[in-house]
Amino acid sequence: MKFPLSWLHAHLDTTADTATICETLTRLGIEVEGVEDRAAPLASFVIARVIEATQHPNADRLRALRVDIGDGREYSVVCGAPNARTGMLGVAALPGAFIPGTGITLKTGEIRGVKSEAMMLSAREMGLGDDHSGIIDLPEDAPVGKPYAQYAKLDTIIEIKVTPNRGDALSVHGIARDLAAAGLGRLKDWPRPHITPAYPSPLNWTIEDPRACTWVVGRAVRNVKNGPSPAWLQDWLVAVGLRPINALVDVTNLFTYGLGRPLHVFDVAKVRGGTLSMRMAQAGETLAALNNKTYALTEEDGVIADEAGPEALGGIIGGEHSGCDETTTECFIEAALFDPVRIALSGRRHGVFTDARQRFERGLDQALPPLALDMATATIMELCGGEASEVSEAGAEPNWRRSATLRFERLMGLGGMEVAPDEAVNRLEALGFSSLMRDDLSVTVAVPSWRNDIAAPITLDMDPGLPASRAEAAREGCEATEAEADLVEEVLRLGGLDAVPAVSLPLPFAVPPPAVDAKQKRAIAARRVLAARGCQDNVTYGFLAHATVEQFGGGDPALRLENPIASDLDQMRPTPVASLALAAAANAARGFADVALSEVGGGYRSVTPEGQLAMACTLRAGSTPLNWAEPARPVDALDARADAQAVLEALGVPMAGVTVTLDAPAHYHPGRSGSFRQGPKTVLAYFGELHPRLRETLGLAGVAVACEVFLDAIPEPKRRKKTAPDLAAFQPVRRDLAFLVAAETPAENLLRAARGAERALITEVVLFDRYAGERVAEGKISLAIQITLQPREATLTDAAIEAVVAKVVAAITKATGATLRG
Amino acid sequence: MTNDLEALAHSTEADLAAAADLRALDAVRVAALGKNGALTALLKGLGAVPAEARRERGAALNAVKQRIEAALDARRATLEAAALDAKLLAEKQDMSLPPRPIPQGSIHPINRTIEELTAIFGAMGFSAVEGPDIESDWYNFGALNIPDHHPARQDQDTFYLPGLGADGRPLVLRTQTSPLQVRTMLGQEPPIRIIAPGRTYRADHDATHSPMFHQVEGLVIDRGITLGHLKGCLTDFLRAFFGISNLPVRFRSSYFPFTEPSMEVDIGWNRKTGELGAGGDWLEILGSGMVHPRVLANCGIDAREWQGFAFGMGIERITMLKHGIADLRPFYEGDTRWLAHYASSPLTPASLHEGV
Repeated sequence: MKFPLSWLHAHLDTTADTATICETLTRLGIEVEGVEDRAAPLASFVIARVIEATQHPNADRLRALRVDIGDGREYSVVCGAPNARTGMLGVAALPGAFIPGTGITLKTGEIRGVKSEAMMLSAREMGLGDDHSGIIDLPEDAPVGKPYAQYAKLDTIIEIKVTPNRGDALSVHGIARDLAAAGLGRLKDWPRPHITPAYPSPLNWTIEDPRACTWVVGRAVRNVKNGPSPAWLQDWLVAVGLRPINALVDVTNLFTYGLGRPLHVFDVAKVRGGTLSMRMAQAGETLAALNNKTYALTEEDGVIADEAGPEALGGIIGGEHSGCDETTTECFIEAALFDPVRIALSGRRHGVFTDARQRFERGLDQALPPLALDMATATIMELCGGEASEVSEAGAEPNWRRSATLRFERLMGLGGMEVAPDEAVNRLEALGFSSLMRDDLSVTVAVPSWRNDIAAPITLDMDPGLPASRAEAAREGCEATEAEADLVEEVLRLGGLDAVPAVSLPLPFAVPPPAVDAKQKRAIAARRVLAARGCQDNVTYGFLAHATVEQFGGGDPALRLENPIASDLDQMRPTPVASLALAAAANAARGFADVALSEVGGGYRSVTPEGQLAMACTLRAGSTPLNWAEPARPVDALDARADAQAVLEALGVPMAGVTVTLDAPAHYHPGRSGSFRQGPKTVLAYFGELHPRLRETLGLAGVAVACEVFLDAIPEPKRRKKTAPDLAAFQPVRRDLAFLVAAETPAENLLRAARGAERALITEVVLFDRYAGERVAEGKISLAIQITLQPREATLTDAAIEAVVAKVVAAITKATGATLRG
Repeated sequence: MTNDLEALAHSTEADLAAAADLRALDAVRVAALGKNGALTALLKGLGAVPAEARRERGAALNAVKQRIEAALDARRATLEAAALDAKLLAEKQDMSLPPRPIPQGSIHPINRTIEELTAIFGAMGFSAVEGPDIESDWYNFGALNIPDHHPARQDQDTFYLPGLGADGRPLVLRTQTSPLQVRTMLGQEPPIRIIAPGRTYRADHDATHSPMFHQVEGLVIDRGITLGHLKGCLTDFLRAFFGISNLPVRFRSSYFPFTEPSMEVDIGWNRKTGELGAGGDWLEILGSGMVHPRVLANCGIDAREWQGFAFGMGIERITMLKHGIADLRPFYEGDTRWLAHYASSPLTPASLHEGV
């Protein structure tokens, strides 16, 4: 909300300067978003008289002016404004001046042969509103030569952000009240005007449905003359960002911003029938509103209706039909209370944002309607003349009176700051609370009618699974403490929370325990392992384009956003690999095709907590780095396997019990992919080359490989104390063996058979050569292994070594059909 | 020593000095000590020496032999060293060749920041908790005293998913990590001291807003925790995180539905240069407050016995401030150049003893 200082001064008697006011507002919890010194940019603009306006000799739509700016010489000015005329008073700018409305610095010019030595300004050119229909036209008594900003009393505008709990601060009066309470001057009284009713009200209220409204007052003023409102009011409204309409409408805005009390004025002549009723809308009813939009109302919308139908969406926006315009001679002023929740929901349903809605949904002063009505009546009669009717009322003032108790010790106990009891009570009273009861330990205060946020009725939304006794204690705890917390906040707020002394958190232990649990440690370790393997760790969006996600096996409608921000961000991804593949394609498009990317992040398989997986993924694309020592080669599926395996090993998975099976989801190359499995069911990881078709649609030209490790599937390694290591006293013996096997034989089978042939002696089996070519038969490959035998009791005899080798050969032959190469 | 022996020793020494390589050296050795060598011949002739002179002659021969052998060894060592020098010189490689590449990976700045803040809060006794991104709106809003009509919901443009959660409430992508505060309060007895770093989602997209971003929330519930502790804890954190021991920290009254009293927290900086800690301007950095009694009640905690504070801040925001990163969008784009510039080494994880 914006307000000019002159409006604040109408409510607050203060000598504080702008900086002090802003500092105090910030301290009070009313954030200052901006301060606009309107006079500064207009400092050089002066009031000028048009000595003579004549037709420009060479241009039909221009005029040539002779202008006096009070410095004793005449200026020639070319002007396109239709209203430029001899004798008028306006505002002139001289060359060198910056014109805020156009962003241009003025220069002397010549337009079609006539010199232009100055510029006559429109309101828009000065940055003072939208009016560009002509140059500004000042009253006869405006002093020529005087700076316009001084003459127009253009003052500073402060823009504030009001938090949703402070409906009362959405008004100049409410802001003034807070500032006065903080010691920045005196809040001005607004005495209730005395209105003598001259005639019975032509319209009467009825509340058909209390859901629509609980209390409404209204009164007519007849014989009014509606027209433009006076300059001071127009200036204020422009300053807060409103467009002046006519005096009757402007008065309602004066009260909306001044007192935080939205009002509505009906044109009595346009209301059909003698009754205005507060009711719920009926299905099929519509409202053509003042913003030129028509709303299809629902049975959940509260309306103000006449005989013919809805005339306003209560508390949100008035109807076009019965609004006041220049022809209005009798108006009817409405001041009502509406249900904040209903206003919020209706406003959201129809997408209407109005000043009235903003205030009603935050809660208004519950006692104000009669006073506001009288004050508005008096203001209208002052501006438009006329006489007032009797008041029509329906419903009743709600029971807003509440009290709250503050135990002074809670200021320290909750707020962390000692405040003397007298000072605490003074602060509350300055905010409008009144003491009902006071002793050494506590004070009980009455909550003012405008503070709906203090000691409010408690609504809880408790976990239904709580045991009854725990729920009951929790409810009582809330009821016993909430209002007091409200008061602690008020007392501390006035002094500024910055004054509360900071106290470091006491530590219940000298050395804290680990901050992360086993699951988080897994993710951290996986991220570091992959980074240590050369991958760049990534963080990418959890949602992607539906079409992309489908290519990675996702696309469940239950995981599609109902209101995506963009069509390419509408579906939760099943795997981070999808995001990494897109990132690789984007890098390739930038000219960087060789990437190694990783992400430890979410894979979304269902909406349940268990269906949201923690996954460690890599995506490598292109080739290994080019260098002189060894040729670069395209990345392959085994690079992805190595990534997955490194993560599994780092996380303590006993790899002896893990098998690699040649199956992986459809986004992988069917012949170049696999899974790490623990037992028949648990998949620990997938790896492989991305399916070439998928690669193509993603725009990845070169080969790309990926792996996905399911961190949640990895069992927590058993934390046992390590046994003493087996450091044998004898040297190991190594033997190299080469086998011929069918080409499709998995090497893993051969290695496994070798390892298992004599577990007591064989400690390591390494595949050191794989050969296929002219020196072996078609359809065969040669696999060469080195086995390491570790004797423990005594040095192995040649015979013993030969016996183990024979066992290895036999086991391999049995497992794979291999034959030992001679 | 007799002249013939002295002459032999002398000439052999001269030959050794003249031997240019090991082969020449060996020829000298053979000439002196070989089967037909000069000294060998003299040794053989010892038997012909008269008995009374034999002893003396034998000693002289031995002395010469030792002298020649020593000279041989010395010359051999010299020649071998020279030969090795020559061989090594011949093995010269180009030491200007670039090393074989070992690709270096890196840790994303967001994850680095999470490590850092976990280390700092961990030292203050906090544990980190995690939870699902897809939540029922009770965990995200209802339990936190944000009813459906609340204006605060408009501030957090929420992404919705079809269907309902296990509790029958609509499903949302969490807009904050506060659901983890709720889950923690429901799942464990106070005292509680947790942080919840994680992904959050809001329907907002421009240079300073991303539809997915990261937040860390904190929750402390105990007996006798006051707003003073909140201020101390957050001041301690901010100064440690930014490494500025006198970083100005300002607490302003504000409003959140889930805390009361509520505070925005600002840090001092220079708006023009972006330098933190000096300059007289204030930058809003996080929201905080004493946990609202309704939130405690919704989670089954008796506010008469337990109280505490909560806070939340944007991880990207503090990361950008700490490292002077201007634009939010590249955080999520996987641009290898950006990552190489801003990411950190996996070999230097955040730790308090080395300094975050």
